[in-house]
Amino acid sequence: MKQLSKQEILKLELKAVQIRKHIIEMLYIAKSGHPGGSLSAVEALVAIYFAQMKHNPKRPDDPNRDRFILSKGHAAPALYATLAECGYFNTDLLKNLRQSGCMLQGHPACTCVPGVEASTGSLGHGLSFANGVALAGKLDKKNYQVYVLLGDGETGEGQIWEAAAVASHYKLNNITAMIDRNYLQIDGNTEDVLKLESVYERWKSFGWKVIEINGHDLEKIINALNQAKENKQKPTMIILNTVKGKGVSFMENNVDFHGVPPNEMERNIAIKELTAVEKQLEAQL
Amino acid sequence: MTDKEMKNPRNAYGEALVELGKKHKNLVVLDADLSKSTKTIMFAKQYPKRFFEMGIAEANMISTAAGMASCGKIPFASTFAVFATGRVYDQIRMDVAYSNKNVKIFATHGGISVGKDGVSHQMLEDLALMRVLPNMTVFAPSDATQTKKIVYLMAENKGPMYARVGRANAPIIYNDKDIKDIKIGKAMTVKDGSDLCIIATGTMVEPAIQAHNKLKKQNISARVIDMHTIKPIDKETIIKCAKNTNGIITAEEHSIIGGLGAAVAETIVDNQISTKLIRMGIKDIFCESGEPADLLEKYHLNEKYMVENAIKILKK
Repeated sequence: MKQLSKQEILKLELKAVQIRKHIIEMLYIAKSGHPGGSLSAVEALVAIYFAQMKHNPKRPDDPNRDRFILSKGHAAPALYATLAECGYFNTDLLKNLRQSGCMLQGHPACTCVPGVEASTGSLGHGLSFANGVALAGKLDKKNYQVYVLLGDGETGEGQIWEAAAVASHYKLNNITAMIDRNYLQIDGNTEDVLKLESVYERWKSFGWKVIEINGHDLEKIINALNQAKENKQKPTMIILNTVKGKGVSFMENNVDFHGVPPNEMERNIAIKELTAVEKQLEAQL
Repeated sequence: MTDKEMKNPRNAYGEALVELGKKHKNLVVLDADLSKSTKTIMFAKQYPKRFFEMGIAEANMISTAAGMASCGKIPFASTFAVFATGRVYDQIRMDVAYSNKNVKIFATHGGISVGKDGVSHQMLEDLALMRVLPNMTVFAPSDATQTKKIVYLMAENKGPMYARVGRANAPIIYNDKDIKDIKIGKAMTVKDGSDLCIIATGTMVEPAIQAHNKLKKQNISARVIDMHTIKPIDKETIIKCAKNTNGIITAEEHSIIGGLGAAVAETIVDNQISTKLIRMGIKDIFCESGEPADLLEKYHLNEKYMVENAIKILKK
């Protein structure tokens, strides 16, 4: 796998800022939705969709495509913005998120939106769905890779551990899972709500290869994704250490923005902050 | 009871899977550590690469089946009816029904005739749970011949589908010729009759036939309808039964809430027909362990009570 140039990384960083701006605008207009966990997942989505997966927005049902499954379905705004930026549908649609008559449902629906693989939002299902895609891929001798993004709080669901055991049992090395480890869930810090540590040891003990990195460092994410693909024996879990609400000062590490959209003033500040970063990056390009 | 030849519908399921596996290379089978009981083991032996043992992890099994279906596979997922529906309701709702995936859930050990295992294994709410889901087709076949044919219908028609059979051996009601024109959502008239109708499903079709025979001796002509598809329900047949006879008895090894009886009642009300209806089923209670025949007697689910109810309908 070739390393990306500094210029290429900058371009991806710029994409991440643009997606964050979409997220803020979408949630502001929708007056509902989940900013915190959408913002923490942006780099993972950018790395996967713009630097890793083989996929064709014009052929979302290509049987040989790599698949991405957003198990933490409440980060739908991040997924929709990413898909729109890829060209699956027009970015103009984003402003209609959560409105009656718009295909962009509050949580991803595979029957509604091109590029959405699984209907999620009820937590804990995505890794199992990915197992099915991966098993079918092995059976058909296809070499596609299946990517899944889990929330850290989401791994409280028992089904995740059923899926973890099955992926390991069937040696599903065509699964690359990621955990958005932002340490916050609705009722507070994950370690207070339902202790998750050691996340690393848990997944390792289930027979997974585990990589732990800074989940906002695009270069590190891409390297980890490449490493996961080369693994021939096991499924891989990449623990992405992230910041909930990343990129907007007053949302960062603030659990109050799990499921509350920005008001007008908050939206203005957020857009101002993100635009400043955008301009900085553009200047470097 | 009956002098008919017996065959277990579960075996018919296993046989159908083996036949279909040859015909459809995309057919795959998943089981949750019950393959010997659900008879998916027959497929597993023939096509080991297309059989996926998922262990005692039913939620994962259902979502995995949905993932496989998204890649063009025709997955049949099997376990006991309790674990195939109630335990995994959210997985079926989101990944199968809402996602409209081509997943086939085939459940065995439905109803109280499971017997001695008791309430934990006696599924009496599955038809209701599956019927209420949009996109879902729901079957309850009555004998081995029909079961096999329904498995074919499931494999060869697209969409989310659920079928349940009981645990026990069942008398063979149909030969291949009787069943060759079976259609999804089209009830079969097993016995003609003009005084009243017994609309039965699954394990209750055979007792309905016996009730028909007993009633005949009393000069009562009971039509017996085999409602093998609970959803989409055959409204046309129900309306005909309601209009052309003096009343309807529904019979199911299931709660009287939400299943066949409810579907028939809804059809009658929706079409503003005035008729008599007696719903036979489990009356909103949990049952208990026991010999299947003893339980069916205790909870009034056999031909004896069908005859009593028929007379009640005609007396009123």
